[in-house]
Amino acid sequence: MSRENTITPVLPVREAEEEVVIRIKDLRKSFGDNHVLNGFNMELHQGENLVIMGKSGSGKTVMIKCLVGLMQPDSGSIEVMGKDIIKLDRTALDLLRADIGFLFQGSALYDSMTVRENLEFSLRRHKERFKDRADTETLVLEALKSVGLSHATALMPAELSGGMKRRVALARTLIMNPRIILYDEPTSGLDPITAKEIIELMRIIQARYRTSALIITHDVDCARVISDRMILLVDGINYAEGTYRELQRSADPQVKAFFK
Amino acid sequence: MINISRQGMILIIYTVPNSAYLWIYNCRDMHGIKGISGKVAGFFRLSGELSRFAGRYFAEVWKPPFEIRELLHQCYSVGNRSFPLVGITGFIIGLVLTLQTRPTLQEFGAVSWIPSMVGISIVREIGPVIIALVCAGRVASGIGAELGSMRVTEQIDAMEVSGTNPFKFLVVTRITATTLMVPVLVIFGDVLALYGSFLIEHLKGNVSFQLYFNQVFNSLEFSDLIPDTVKTFFFGLAIGLVGCFKGYYCAKGTVGVGTAANTAVVAASMLIFILDFIAVLISDIFYEL
Ligand SMILES: Nc1ncnc2c1ncn2[C@@H]1O[C@H](COP(=O)(O)OP(=O)(O)OP(=O)(O)O)[C@@H](O)[C@H]1O
Ligand SMILES: [Mg+2]
Repeated sequence: MSRENTITPVLPVREAEEEVVIRIKDLRKSFGDNHVLNGFNMELHQGENLVIMGKSGSGKTVMIKCLVGLMQPDSGSIEVMGKDIIKLDRTALDLLRADIGFLFQGSALYDSMTVRENLEFSLRRHKERFKDRADTETLVLEALKSVGLSHATALMPAELSGGMKRRVALARTLIMNPRIILYDEPTSGLDPITAKEIIELMRIIQARYRTSALIITHDVDCARVISDRMILLVDGINYAEGTYRELQRSADPQVKAFFK
Repeated sequence: MINISRQGMILIIYTVPNSAYLWIYNCRDMHGIKGISGKVAGFFRLSGELSRFAGRYFAEVWKPPFEIRELLHQCYSVGNRSFPLVGITGFIIGLVLTLQTRPTLQEFGAVSWIPSMVGISIVREIGPVIIALVCAGRVASGIGAELGSMRVTEQIDAMEVSGTNPFKFLVVTRITATTLMVPVLVIFGDVLALYGSFLIEHLKGNVSFQLYFNQVFNSLEFSDLIPDTVKTFFFGLAIGLVGCFKGYYCAKGTVGVGTAANTAVVAASMLIFILDFIAVLISDIFYEL
């Protein structure tokens, strides 16, 4: 079974593509003398899979942490679904965050809680939101089923493998039924086969829940399979932009370095 | 007899300078600055940050949602973590203190004073301070390491993104739990210390249970006990505050978690001594009035 046969890129949804769900303008962030982001611009469209690639330490994680209000940028504007993240108060921000799923680089499961409690934890502040959908138990099982881990409800995170942790973390973001999912290196630290399974899972989720996704990675295979569009983050700016094929053909040495 | 009291002395002589040294060493370690001025600057910066953290705690503790379940869980965990250690420490303090005082008082023919003397020193000073120090070692380091590793593995960020305020869920509950539980642990330790002291008196002087505790309670006045109980709440607050502060702002990496746990113990112990000194000063002023 060759990879080309099993995985084909998801085609962009043309008519919905016009709506912008995330718009970042001139984002700047420094830590002392370390200028990490120097005017980064980006737009994520409804239903799109946008891949951001960049070297380790280029500020990818810093960028999406600014995006959900975990870090304050020095300057620039971030609009998520029409709302300016930086100006929102706590309540409004929490409400908006319920629409954004965040898959952390290291999974970030709460290690004092079971898998079930990990999933339930996301729901505890958003009870009203799910009243009409189903009870908590059903939601938890549904989310775990969609990542193929229905049997793991009672396990502790320490008892899971890296790949399983990533799946549980994915289930934890899915349970909120988010409109946007931010993936911070979904395949890092996984073997190629498990990585492929996670990518496949991301594609299924995208097709089923019609989410928009921002995927941060330095895994070229992952980018090729999943991206509708790509941005290369170099020196804190969006250095190059385009589809996978366009960027692959680029003659620019900085861009070429990513595709070796 | 003499042997035991000498060992007690050696223990004290060894521990106090040693912890002072550790503290100074850690100050240098934390801020990476050398020289006395650097240490002083570091100390003031730390105090400033810590009081801002305390301010945030007092601002948020009154606001809903109150994480009652998590608070109860933390109270249980603080108590469960420390009570064997506190019990043993208390009991041994009672034994040692009585054994040490006995020969001296015997010389003056004042053995009958032992219950009042030991009772006062345990309930008013030694009990609260030593048991708070034990809790600092046990609880502050535990909280520092726990929150530190949650910070390093981005669990605190994950909580924030999921709409739960991590400061309320993790920090406020833990500080409240230590504030409530340390006084309980101190009372528990005091009781065992008095019991240990009674055992020695019973074995050596054939004093009955009733006589012993009658004497203890006769020598303690209710107005004495209030400031001594109030200060244990502050000890608990200090332990929770320092543990949470160190863990919550833990530096990245596993080294950061170790440092958080380590410095939490040292800073909490230091704060307990300072608070105790202030408490004694204040109650002294009221005594004069
Ligand atoms: N809290 C922080 N304090 C100081 N510097 C930071 C902080 N967070 C990140 N940095 C710095 O910002 C830069 C970018 O870090 P970031 O984590 O965004 O990299 P990344 O692109 O996600 O890399 P990787 O692919 O390894 O995850 C690094 O140089 C890092 O040292
Ligand atoms: Mg990163």
